Amino acid sequence: MAEVGAAAEHGDSMWINMGPQHPMTHGLWNLKVRVDGEIVVEALPEIGYLHRGVEKISEVREFHKVIALTDRLCYVSSITWSHAYCLAVEELMGVTDQIPPRARYLRVISNELQRVASHLMWLAAYGPDLGILTGLLWALRDRELFLDLIQAMTGMRMNQNYPRPGGVRNDIPATFERDCTKVVKHFMGKLDEYEDLLGSNKTFHMRTKGVGVISPEEGTEWGVTGPNLRASGVACDLRKLDPYDAYDELSFEQALDKDGDSFARYAVRMEEMRTSCDLVLQALKKLPKGPYRMKAPRRAEGEAYRRTEDSRGEALFYVCGDGSDRPYRVKIRSPIFCTMSAVPTIMRGERVADVISIMGSLDVCVGEMDK
Amino acid sequence: MGVAEEVKGELEAKFPKELKSSQVLRPRAIRVRIDRKDLLPLAKHLKAAGFEHCSCISAVDWVTRYESVYHITSWRRNVLVEIVAEIPHDDPVIDSVYAVWHGADYHEREAWDLMGIRYEGHPNLERILLPRDFQYHPLRKDFPQEVDRQYISRRKLGGG
Amino acid sequence: MSDHLIDLYPLCQGLIAFVNDLVGRIMNAVAGGIEGIGIAPPGAGQPLRDQAALMNSPWVIGLIAWLVAIQVMILWGTAINLLVMMWMERKFYSRLQDRVGIKIGLTSMDFLARIPILGGLFTNFVKRPSHLGTGFLQNVADGVKMVQKENLTPAKADAFTFHAAPVLIASSTLLIFAALPFSDGFTIMQSPNPFGILFILAAFSLAPIGILIAGWSSNNKYTLIGGMRSTAMLMSYEIPMILSLIAVVVLMGTLDPFEIVHRQAQPISASISQLSFLGSAGADGAIYFPNWNIFTAFPAFLVFAIAILAEQERIPFDLPEAEAELVEGWLTEYSGMRFGLVFGFKWLRGLAGSGLLVILFLGGWTGPHITLPLPGLSLAFPFQELWFMVKVYLVFMAYVWISWSFPRIRIDQILNIGWKVLIPIALLAIFLSIALRAFGVYQ
Repeated sequence: MAEVGAAAEHGDSMWINMGPQHPMTHGLWNLKVRVDGEIVVEALPEIGYLHRGVEKISEVREFHKVIALTDRLCYVSSITWSHAYCLAVEELMGVTDQIPPRARYLRVISNELQRVASHLMWLAAYGPDLGILTGLLWALRDRELFLDLIQAMTGMRMNQNYPRPGGVRNDIPATFERDCTKVVKHFMGKLDEYEDLLGSNKTFHMRTKGVGVISPEEGTEWGVTGPNLRASGVACDLRKLDPYDAYDELSFEQALDKDGDSFARYAVRMEEMRTSCDLVLQALKKLPKGPYRMKAPRRAEGEAYRRTEDSRGEALFYVCGDGSDRPYRVKIRSPIFCTMSAVPTIMRGERVADVISIMGSLDVCVGEMDK
Repeated sequence: MGVAEEVKGELEAKFPKELKSSQVLRPRAIRVRIDRKDLLPLAKHLKAAGFEHCSCISAVDWVTRYESVYHITSWRRNVLVEIVAEIPHDDPVIDSVYAVWHGADYHEREAWDLMGIRYEGHPNLERILLPRDFQYHPLRKDFPQEVDRQYISRRKLGGG
Repeated sequence: MSDHLIDLYPLCQGLIAFVNDLVGRIMNAVAGGIEGIGIAPPGAGQPLRDQAALMNSPWVIGLIAWLVAIQVMILWGTAINLLVMMWMERKFYSRLQDRVGIKIGLTSMDFLARIPILGGLFTNFVKRPSHLGTGFLQNVADGVKMVQKENLTPAKADAFTFHAAPVLIASSTLLIFAALPFSDGFTIMQSPNPFGILFILAAFSLAPIGILIAGWSSNNKYTLIGGMRSTAMLMSYEIPMILSLIAVVVLMGTLDPFEIVHRQAQPISASISQLSFLGSAGADGAIYFPNWNIFTAFPAFLVFAIAILAEQERIPFDLPEAEAELVEGWLTEYSGMRFGLVFGFKWLRGLAGSGLLVILFLGGWTGPHITLPLPGLSLAFPFQELWFMVKVYLVFMAYVWISWSFPRIRIDQILNIGWKVLIPIALLAIFLSIALRAFGVYQ
């Protein structure tokens, strides 16, 4: 809990520590807010509690062994992170055009399933922030379905170690298409229940509309990406702008909203879940036959970057090789790291009671923030 | 002519001497190499040309030199410019682009924290991921790797 | 012919008279015995006989009966109703959340199933492994857990007020049950009780003091904020509560809960004669539309229901205890049974609030009943206590449903609703009632 003596009185305002041990910060980080009555005057995030030195360790592991590390960057959304790393490594090796089509579609399916699971985890965490404990259980119940699907596909529920430079680790089982279609169609019906519980709930509107508004200029200036920026109206979905894998062969719309408040971020993520379900069904229909992996070279030299649309925003990997079978440098750009630099601007002028609501709507995952 | 070639042409026209090399990586990405003193004019030009988003600032330690790599995106024109700024190894200082893109804030702090490159002009260049009183810059190549510093257990010492 | 099952005082008096009579006989027998055997000189047993006579005197019996009646009421509230309400709430909201809920009950105990003959009653966990028991014993287990925990006091907390605050909250809540009638006879303050409703509301309003000093004396920035918010909220919701009560009192003409309930038992045509097509009192067994205040003072009902929701500090009004920011708000620093006392009495306040709502607006303990011709005694079924508890539990379930479907409202929005929305509606309700009375529509 908060240290009682941590208040440094500046005239009428006092500093409050929200964290590092706080029931609702979803991870280990600290937010110092300076409060004048109910209004936040200043906010200072303190991060780095979960820094594990992933970039340093990945310099002494072979290219495919780093995937075990990138999985655990954002443990809620592991496949998308390892996938981004694999894309960067393939750029470095120069084999991007040689990835078999089946592998590209399988990556799309696994990414979208993981994205839905990640958004459901966000919803499960966001409900109790506002007081709807029912939302926690409903979202986790539905997330279990997707974790079961991911387990059928990759063998693990979380930290799956599934993408590889050159493709994916294994093929899908024979019954996967039938099960996946059934689950995804069932879930799309469940999304309407969430609309009833949250989207059309007057009290939810009272708590989230007009709260934590990010203007598009502010968001772009401070490096916010992903659903947080799309909620402000900027079309920044990298699956559309800079397509990778099979995204240019599938048709979908990016979810946009123009208000930029917490409710808009909620609506964008719900819409994204629908889009992801749609993409999974499309990809399953179009899934070509063939090999699911090509043998990537062992050594690589040069520098390459690749960016993907992670569940939380733009994930960019910059990989350098020096001709050996291990990366020389892996730089990880985490979307939440950059959103955190925007937090002081967002919080200024908001009420203390809304701080948790805003942090919840930004979908903070400390694993990727601290690397 | 693709947008990447367009941008490459614009940059070569505006900074003919400063660009050490420039190449088109992909239909929507180019890479330019510059020296560290030309960073700020190039950054200002890019910001004015519609590159609003600073995606990433990386620091790389090639043992004879440092490199500060900037990935700058334009949402509007949908193109990315990768700027590789070379920094001499014995004097790891470079201008900060915080005034141009505020999003560079945390990236530069992280590069200072882990790699030890000073960004002149950054309003608050402090450690961000590591503790405030940490002495070293771990990502440098002279900071030992975990495998080199492997703690040898007593069992192994005892021959077990 | 009695409509209600329990007449509290006569029952207690009869019990105590019987017990004291028994004890008196024993004492008299002992006195006679020791005199007869010869251990003591004659006349030595007289103090025992005097004692026996004293115990059987009416005022002693009356005093002890009164104490026992209070104990019965407290046990009824805490031991029986609290457990049942906690169990119902936990099961209900678990079902809302798509899960079964608590499962520890008598039928889930493995060792009970091994009792030789009766063991067959306790084998639910065998037949339905995923459902185990009813879950009723879970709350008992939680209570035992809390009792055996250490009662910590923060080092710099103001010890006297820190310890006094839970006592204040608990005792003021129990004070409500002194005046809250559960039927015509099952009550401590018997009828007529001219200011019963006022007493109940006053006892209800004592708790904010306890909450404020609990939050303040814990020496914790967060609990201070929680205590302040709680006090602000509770005080600002008492005003609409009392205003809507005035609307009801204008119609009913009395603050006596028994009178209010009896007036609501009559058909609505007795009060508003234009509505006589809805049935009137006639022969036994006539069905009529009752004179419940929920129909004649509907805006007052809405305001009162929302105000009671806020007084109970339930979601959507539980920002003072919001987990998200303040862990438990003003009761963070309490542990052990002190915490259990305050936490458990939230349900008792819920019972009292729902009870008040039922008495004022939903016709209390009256309802259609049939008379069972039992030999020797004629009892109405459903009797009054049953009707009252059914209505109270239904209202309570409605509150639980609302609670677990909504997010919590921010403190400034809570105060907005209290002052700017509920008070005008309550005033409107008062004007409506006055208009009904003034134009002779409502007699």
